[in-house]
Amino acid sequence: MLTTILPILLFAALALAVIGAGKRFLMWRRGRPAQVDWLGGLLAMPRRYMVDLHHVVARDKYIANTHVATAGGFVLAAVLAILVHGFGLHSRLLGFALLAATALMFVGALFVAKRRLDPPSRLSKGPWMRLPKSLLMFAASFFIATLPVAGIVSADFGGWVLALLLSVGVAWGVSELFFGMTWGGPMKHAFAGALHLAWHRRAERFAGGRSTGLKALDLDNRNAPLGVEKPTDFTWNQLLGFDACVQCGKCEAACPAYAAGQPLNPKKLIQDMVVGLAGGTDAKFAGSPYPGKPIGEHSGGPHLPIVNLNGKALVDAETLWSCTTCRACVEECPMMIEHVDAIVDMRRHLTLEKGATPNKGAEVLDNLIATDNPGGFAPGGRLNWAADLNLALMSDKQSVEVLFWVGDGAFDMRNQRTLRAFVKVLKAAQVDFAVLGLEERDSGDVARRLGDEATFQLLAKRNIATLGQYQFRTIVTCDPHSFHVLKNEYGELGGHYQVLHHSTYMEQLISGQKLTLGTHKGGSVTYHDPCYLGRYNGEYEAPRAVLKAIGIEVREMERSAFRSRCCGGGGGAPITDIPGKQRIPDMRMADIKETAAEVVAVGCPQCTAMLEGVVGQRPEVKDIAELVADVLLESAAPLKQGNPAPVAAMEVH
Amino acid sequence: MTELNIVALVSVGAHPLSGRPRRAEQDARAVELGLHLAGERLQVLHAGDPQQEALRAYLGMGLNQLKILEQPAHSDALPVLADYLADSSAQLVLTGSQAETGEGSGMLPFLLAEQLGWPLVVGLAAVEQVSDGVAQVLQALPRGQRRRLQVRLPFVASVDNAAPTARQSAFGPARRGLLTAEEVELVADPLFASAQLQPAKPRPKRLKVIKAKTGAERMKAATAKASGGGGQVLKDVSPEAGAEAIFKLLLEEGVLR
Repeated sequence: MLTTILPILLFAALALAVIGAGKRFLMWRRGRPAQVDWLGGLLAMPRRYMVDLHHVVARDKYIANTHVATAGGFVLAAVLAILVHGFGLHSRLLGFALLAATALMFVGALFVAKRRLDPPSRLSKGPWMRLPKSLLMFAASFFIATLPVAGIVSADFGGWVLALLLSVGVAWGVSELFFGMTWGGPMKHAFAGALHLAWHRRAERFAGGRSTGLKALDLDNRNAPLGVEKPTDFTWNQLLGFDACVQCGKCEAACPAYAAGQPLNPKKLIQDMVVGLAGGTDAKFAGSPYPGKPIGEHSGGPHLPIVNLNGKALVDAETLWSCTTCRACVEECPMMIEHVDAIVDMRRHLTLEKGATPNKGAEVLDNLIATDNPGGFAPGGRLNWAADLNLALMSDKQSVEVLFWVGDGAFDMRNQRTLRAFVKVLKAAQVDFAVLGLEERDSGDVARRLGDEATFQLLAKRNIATLGQYQFRTIVTCDPHSFHVLKNEYGELGGHYQVLHHSTYMEQLISGQKLTLGTHKGGSVTYHDPCYLGRYNGEYEAPRAVLKAIGIEVREMERSAFRSRCCGGGGGAPITDIPGKQRIPDMRMADIKETAAEVVAVGCPQCTAMLEGVVGQRPEVKDIAELVADVLLESAAPLKQGNPAPVAAMEVH
Repeated sequence: MTELNIVALVSVGAHPLSGRPRRAEQDARAVELGLHLAGERLQVLHAGDPQQEALRAYLGMGLNQLKILEQPAHSDALPVLADYLADSSAQLVLTGSQAETGEGSGMLPFLLAEQLGWPLVVGLAAVEQVSDGVAQVLQALPRGQRRRLQVRLPFVASVDNAAPTARQSAFGPARRGLLTAEEVELVADPLFASAQLQPAKPRPKRLKVIKAKTGAERMKAATAKASGGGGQVLKDVSPEAGAEAIFKLLLEEGVLR
């Protein structure tokens, strides 16, 4: 009896799966066109899955091993089950192989079930609680049904009662695992995920690559939408990416805005995009809501606006403006979903079409247009911080080794101390450097992240034109935001430069023995990784190497390097200032205090401002450049390395 | 209120620190007020160069088009505006108090109202309601005070910083909106022929001597109405007697000679 029922069940489920896959595929294709390498992507997919994706999953050993067993066992079991039970290839060898595969899957599923006994809050409940049972049912049913094939029991073992039970079990299993995969069940993540890896919007991310620069809007094409108003304004492979979400909540656990009680949860946002893609309400979402926003009040559809400024639609504007673009969610996402891209896409529509940048947003953007700096300071004052430093100007020198990109920190009195410290280091190392002076403009970072692509491109193009007049080997900057934009985002507009963060450059100077340094005497130090240096550009080592070179043993925070928590200063978040229960910099300062360090070393003007804004007793905030400048030894007569002269460290203020 | 025909007059502004052309701060507030009252039906009018891209910043506030009476720089905007408005069905003309570029004398609203023969409300803060051809408006006075006025339509009103802040200008509508030029008779400004422009010097400021000894006194000084002292309150007098009293005062003050 089973030999007739099983093929019917299997092929019916497969047929339904194929129909579902077609439907889902057409849903994704409602999005705007995107260029993908159709075949190459598919061919590269297994490697991306087993290497790149597994690399992220493997940060949690428990679930990585569980997933290998369950998913590996399932794929093997599915193929073999189709051969053995579908096509009736009753060979003992295949039978034993299928037994092994289902056994492996069963063991994996047991561990899935164990995690679900008391699931952490980041995990979605609802249908996801059913999944381990379905997995166990699939594995167990096929295991028992395959025993006769392997010749372990006789063909009529168990009689019709067992046959009926197995039929029910198999039906349940294939429902969840075959056609549930393409009809929107929890297993959808495997199907959409695999294709998402194949046709990812940032294929450069795989095989050890990095792709973090935002993609430019085509402003010359009058018909191209300015950002994303409705789900179909996303490119189709972005929509596919949302569908790949496995709702593991790693993003939720890492998101600083969520932790601060601001109305953002990256996981919910992606699920809302899935709701928008298919149409409906968010009532079925079984995870944590946006803080302060109950589930079930929002709904949307593929052709409906995502944000309604005068009421409720799919997502509220303040959810989008809570993001600091720290990329912690993207870094943690095992499915390689691009949350930040989606958020900025939607912000672009709000800013460029609706003129609805909240709070100080409009003022900052107006300032950038009128004065080239977000604070609205007189452009003529850009070099006032260096009035007494006799800095060489690019317009005088034309050609230098290092172009020192000052950034808008030039207008901020706190950051001027950092800039002056770094100039002192450059001078001590006798670097051939110059600044653009009044020719420099804001890099466009804040404008772009506030969604004002037009102002970003305006600033970028002017900067590129200015930089094009001069010869230099590298650009060095103390600002990771300028660093990222110059390095990764100007390229699309025609500006290709070698750009270094000042910590990287100082590390080169130190290893090239260009600096004579003493040792740090100011107490224990911890280091806060800036998002735009670390996660965006992968520079975790150089700052630590510099600190080590001046005798500092960094007291690492629990969340450091790629897991570093944002200071709250990125993505225009201090400008849009969406209220939460606590402030992000306060949380970061609590992380810092846990290390009991007396000084926190930073490498970013934003981080400096945010962390110094924390009230009360707290460690001192010092830029790496300041720490290095503090221990510079006067080298009138060059000193030999490793023989520090007894000269007191210079004070820099 | 939506039936009201409103025209907002706008000029090209200049950022106070960088000098770059932009939408003029007060004119943008006039547009904001107009958009609030008339929505899409608001007409926005500029006399000058239709190629000036800075005008698009007004379009970015959500206007479909901006009408430009085309004239070269240093022409007299007053006659062309007055002609245009006299022929239009405008019931309320909104302007800023003073332009940020050009002559910037702040005289335009006054001269325009005089030429049209319409009343002028300076420092308009809000239009509360319009009925039977009479508008009830709030006029801003110093120190946050407001005066409620009844004005017969049509009238001219100038706004200053007491009017609501202008909304953000968005790139999309700014790019899509139309700058439609209309040819008008050119009128040379005789002032520009004889005089020349020079940068303004800040006026010397009277030193503020704080006489208050206590917090309460300081509070009183900060919130007290500006009082000129002297003067007289006329009540229940005939219009002739009232006019005579005003005429006498103007003579005394040297306003009339």
